[in-house]
This record gives sequence, structure tokens and C-alpha cells, in this order.
Amino acid sequence: MPEDGQKLISPTSGGFLSRSRTIAPPTWSRWLVPPAALSVHLSIGQAYSWSVFKPPLEKALDLSGTQSALPFQLGIVMLGLSAAFGGPLVERNGPRWAMFVSMVCFASGFLISALGVATSQYWLVVLGYGFVGGIGLGIGYISPVSTLMKWFPDRPGMATGIAIMGFGGGALIASPWSTQMLGSFGATTGGIAEAFLIHGVVYAVFMTLGVLLVRVPADGWLPKGFNPAKAATKALVTTANVSARNAIRTPQFWFLWVVLCFNVTAGIGILEKAAPMIQDFFAHTATPISVSAAAGFVALLSLANMTGRIVWSSTSDLIGRKNMYRVYLGVGAVLYLIISLWGDSHTVVFILCALGILSFYGGGFATVPAYLKDLFGTFQVGAIHGRLLTAWSVAGVLGPLIVNAIADSQEAAGKTGPDLYTTSLYIMIGLLVIGFLSNELIRPVKDKFHEPALATVGGTDAVATPQGGS
Amino acid sequence: MTEQTETSSRTPLMILAWLWVGLPFAYGVYELLLKLSQLFSG
Repeated sequence: MPEDGQKLISPTSGGFLSRSRTIAPPTWSRWLVPPAALSVHLSIGQAYSWSVFKPPLEKALDLSGTQSALPFQLGIVMLGLSAAFGGPLVERNGPRWAMFVSMVCFASGFLISALGVATSQYWLVVLGYGFVGGIGLGIGYISPVSTLMKWFPDRPGMATGIAIMGFGGGALIASPWSTQMLGSFGATTGGIAEAFLIHGVVYAVFMTLGVLLVRVPADGWLPKGFNPAKAATKALVTTANVSARNAIRTPQFWFLWVVLCFNVTAGIGILEKAAPMIQDFFAHTATPISVSAAAGFVALLSLANMTGRIVWSSTSDLIGRKNMYRVYLGVGAVLYLIISLWGDSHTVVFILCALGILSFYGGGFATVPAYLKDLFGTFQVGAIHGRLLTAWSVAGVLGPLIVNAIADSQEAAGKTGPDLYTTSLYIMIGLLVIGFLSNELIRPVKDKFHEPALATVGGTDAVATPQGGS
Repeated sequence: MTEQTETSSRTPLMILAWLWVGLPFAYGVYELLLKLSQLFSG
């Protein structure tokens, strides 16, 4: 029984979607690969603007808030599951296959939802957007990761930062676009169904660019002037490869799981309650925050989240992944401490600290694939990344749960203003400190977990990956 | 065909690909900046 993703595929076999048909000619520019990745990530990032559809659905189909949130929640669960379990398939079949599957699932999800709304069968919306579309989210999220790192071994942080920034940017595009569409068609069953239909068709066309454009470098390809042996002299960077099955047996994987989980929890803690939090902090001051100003604050946080993904991830190429996470977790904890001690002293202090935390939240997402590549090599890094994303699923529950539950209990105890959040802020500091210590414990992976080197390529120290690695 | 000519023949594809993703992204950022202005006017 071969290891996950190790099934050998003949380079000449397979149809248009096969890996062998995506091997780039020698003159292919690697700068054509980021737009392919972005066409997928900018699309699936739409998931974070689902809230736009909630009020119209509740009105048209007489749903509760909990019911209208179901498609999104199931979609995020399916994202985690399909990324975790679909990773080996993505590695085996290549990025074009993965992008195609993502496109079909994500677009079909909208089309099934359109049918569900048109026939007032809400379960079809949950099944379509949540289950089918959610598979598209997970497969799409990991589809370009290992390919980008093979094209940019000299700048893996920047490369994956571009794609994962796209996931943040997807909601920025979809939110105003969907709102305008619902405004034009009307928030009736017919109008919502029409909007879903158009979303499905447009996203299918938009994602097709990625399917057509994505290429994998030929085995042994390296960018000009890049020496993998020299790069491997940096701390924690390996030229060896670890399979996805072996990776989860290493302590490094689980330390990094804790790092990602707690970094995301801390970010979501602010993101989830940003608008009410800033209003509560300054409710009893000379400069109270209006509802519209709070909405502007949320927009500013989105910008910080998105910018952090590309800026910090690129910075990690220069200072190293471990140092970058020391900043995310260590400086993040200090910023949380400043908010809890002096956050209500001035709006500028509160806003700057929140911006820092959110930029680290985005940076944490974007830097983790490169950290995995440093530790485990590029062989099955997409599949390993998929399994690590279960940390995101846990954090997605943990962060809002901590902040909301504590704020509700403090409110019930008669507290107001910043006091509603003090306890949860200290919990976030504690989680960040645990994450910081977990990052400190990360050491190079032991040789016993490494895959045997199949061949050396072109006289370099690069390790050839079997056919099927994306 | 030389390598340089083949690479330059991909320039239109490069422009098209980046515009394909860049234009919607720019629209999203523009809408975000409009909303952001509420922080200072609100």
C-alpha cells in the first residue's frame, strides 16, 4: 500500500486535468502562477461575506438567525474536513484537477442554492452552499499552496502570502457586489435565487482562469541564482521531505497546530466583536464611537488582516519563520496587554493595537504554509497544510465562544464598558503565551521521518519528488 | 523561437491574467476605503 500521494502516474497519461498536462515549458513565467491561485482564492473568500444573504433569506423564507447561519457554518466545517482529508488527493492529482474540483463544487453550491430558494426548499441551500460549496472551499484553499512554493522556493512566504491574501480579499469583493445585486433584484425568493444563480455562473467563469493557467514546474526546475543547499543552511529549513502521514506523527506538527490555533483564536477574539467592543470601550468617555464609525473600524481591521497576510508573510522570507511567529505571538500578547490596561485611554491606542493584532492574525495564516515547507519539504506540503487547518476550525469555535460567553456573563453581572472584555483579553494573552512557548519548542524534524531521496537532479542537491506531487 | 521571444510572447497573457484578478480586487479595496472613511466622518 503506497503512502498517501505516492501513487505513481505516468507523465504521459491522463487528460487535460492531469498533472502531466500541467508541467510548464522551460520558458513559462512563474509570475503567471499567482494570478491562477488568486482567481481561486478571491472566489472562495466569498464565504466570509455570507452574512449579506442572511437578512434577505430570513425574511423571504421565514428563518431564524441560527437557521440562516447554517450554510456558512457547514461550509466552514466542510472546508476544514475537505482540506484535511482531500489533501492527499490534491497532491496526487495536481493543482489543475484541484482547482477544477473546487470550481465545480463552489459554483454548483450556488446553483443548488438558487434552486432551493426558488422552490422554498431551504435544506437545498444548506446542502448546496454548505456541503457541496464547502468542499470547494477546502480543496480550493489548499490547491495552489505546494505549487506556489515549488515555483518560489526562494520566496515561499511571499508566494503563499499573495494567495492567502486573496482569500481575505474575496469577501471585500463579494460583500458590496452581493449587496448591490440583492438591492437590484429584490430580497424576495425570486431575487435571491437570481442572485445565487449569477454568483454561480460568474464564479465558475472567474475560477476557470486558474484551471487553465496553473502550471507545475518540471522536476528539478529552480529559479535562476537559487541554491537549495545554501537556503537549507538557515535554521529549521530542510531539503528533505516528509509525507503527510508521517508529518502528523511528529511533535513539530502539533506544536505548529497549537501555534496556529491560538494565534487565530486571539485574532478572532477581536474580529468577532470588533464593532460592539470599540463602542463599549469608549461608551463612557468624551469621545463615544458611533455605529457608522464602528463599521469603519471593522473595515480598517479587514484591511489590516489582508495587508498582514502579504507583508508579514514576505517578511518571514527575510527573518525566518520562527522569528516571525515570535513577533505574531509575543508582540501580539503585548498589544493585548496594552488594550486591557490602557485601551480606553485614547481611541488611537485602541485602534493601533487592534490593527497590529489583526495584521498578525492574517500573517499567521499566510506564513504557516512556508513554515510547513521549511520543516517538512515540498513533497506533500499541501496535504500537511490541509491537516493543519483543523486548528483553524477549532479556533473558529474557541475565539467567538470565549469572547461572547464572557461578555454575556459580565453583562449579566452588571458590568459595562471595557470591563465586559477584561477577562477574555487576559485569556487571549495566556493563549498567545502558550503559542509562543509552543513555537520555541519547534526543532528540525528527525531523519527517521524523512522520505528516502529518489534521485538527485541536475547535479544539484534538490530531491526529486515522485510524479503526483503537485 | 528563442527563449527571450517566447517569454515576451507571454506578456499579453501576463497582463490579462493580472488584470483578471487585479480589477475585482481593486474594486473590493475601493469599496473598503469608502466604508473606512466612516471611521473618520462618523
